[in-house]
Amino acid sequence: MTAPAAAYGKALDLITRVRSVRGAMLVSAEDGIVVAEQLMEGIKGPAVSALAASLATRLRRAMEAAGVGASLFWHLQAEHGALLVVPTPGGTLVVAVAEPDVNVGLVRLELLRAAEVVG
Amino acid sequence: MADEIRTLSSQLAQDPDSLVFLRLGELLRQKGQLDTAHRVALTGLERHPHLPDAHDLYARILADKHDYERAFDEWDMALRIAPDHVGALKGLAFLYFKVGDVQQAAAHLEAAQRVAPDDPGVAQALAMARGGGPAGVEPLTAPEPIAPAAQPLEEARVFAGLEGAQEGLLLLDASGRVLGGALKDSAGRDVTDAVAAYLAGVSQEAARTVKLLGLGKWTGLAAEGDLGHVHLASPTSDALLLVVRDRAVPMGRLAVIAQRAALAARRWLESHA
Repeated sequence: MTAPAAAYGKALDLITRVRSVRGAMLVSAEDGIVVAEQLMEGIKGPAVSALAASLATRLRRAMEAAGVGASLFWHLQAEHGALLVVPTPGGTLVVAVAEPDVNVGLVRLELLRAAEVVG
Repeated sequence: MADEIRTLSSQLAQDPDSLVFLRLGELLRQKGQLDTAHRVALTGLERHPHLPDAHDLYARILADKHDYERAFDEWDMALRIAPDHVGALKGLAFLYFKVGDVQQAAAHLEAAQRVAPDDPGVAQALAMARGGGPAGVEPLTAPEPIAPAAQPLEEARVFAGLEGAQEGLLLLDASGRVLGGALKDSAGRDVTDAVAAYLAGVSQEAARTVKLLGLGKWTGLAAEGDLGHVHLASPTSDALLLVVRDRAVPMGRLAVIAQRAALAARRWLESHA
């Protein structure tokens, strides 16, 4: 984690201003701990971050084993929404929780921009 | 045949919306003029996208060109439009038979027979599929004989008719045990077991994550890698499907492939339950 704490808020702002995004988090990929969050009320940040980190680890290993390289972006789709994640080279996961009607392309773009800020 | 082709071509030129393209395309296909048949069928399909016979014709031509994945898609589309379309049922039966999934082939032929009980071709093909037909009889309107060498592995049957069944599709149970398909990396190495091991438990974790977020049931997981893309789906509550393709395949296309593979996997799992 190289960015100052103030930069985290800025990075999360990039994501949460997208329509239909319910919240965003920065999560340590290694241990699943929340680094920073901007979540709507009712979202259990610590629990979600732990599961997202675990899922990210399994996915990264599976993708590397499959020969498709490192994970750049992933999108867990569900009936009533989605979890969108960009891993950063520094070991942070930039995570967004969104409604089903979210513009996935736009969130992806903002997640990648936020990942650049976080480093 | 040549005269009829000329006549039909002339009619089609005069009236491009005419349905004579169906007969013309079929004649060209039978004559082996596949590129011309392909053009005729595709033009007809563009004008009549909701006509099941147009999809059936196009699928036959694609099958003749050994483009089985797209042929499967077209016959599948014909059936979505007209669930009792005998040509599409026979076509899909042919594709299933070709990869050795006799059970699915017979199921499609039985459906065709219910619709067309007097069709001798269907009865004959069904007898062949069940192993009781006369020797040397072509079971379906196949573009080529079904070679004994094409005896499939068990895993090929899961994804019958789908591209990448042996290199880019994988079906696992909840514990990561491989039920079908296979994966190879870009160097052609078999990476099936390694990938399966890492994916054990992913389905449950995905389910727990979305449940915690109150998002209902998870429906898919798409991931972009720097060398390729993957898509995970859950054909049943205790199975996991993985589709892997290189980066040239857009994520949206990958989702469509995954959807079809999941359907095939679900059918296969149900038939083996």
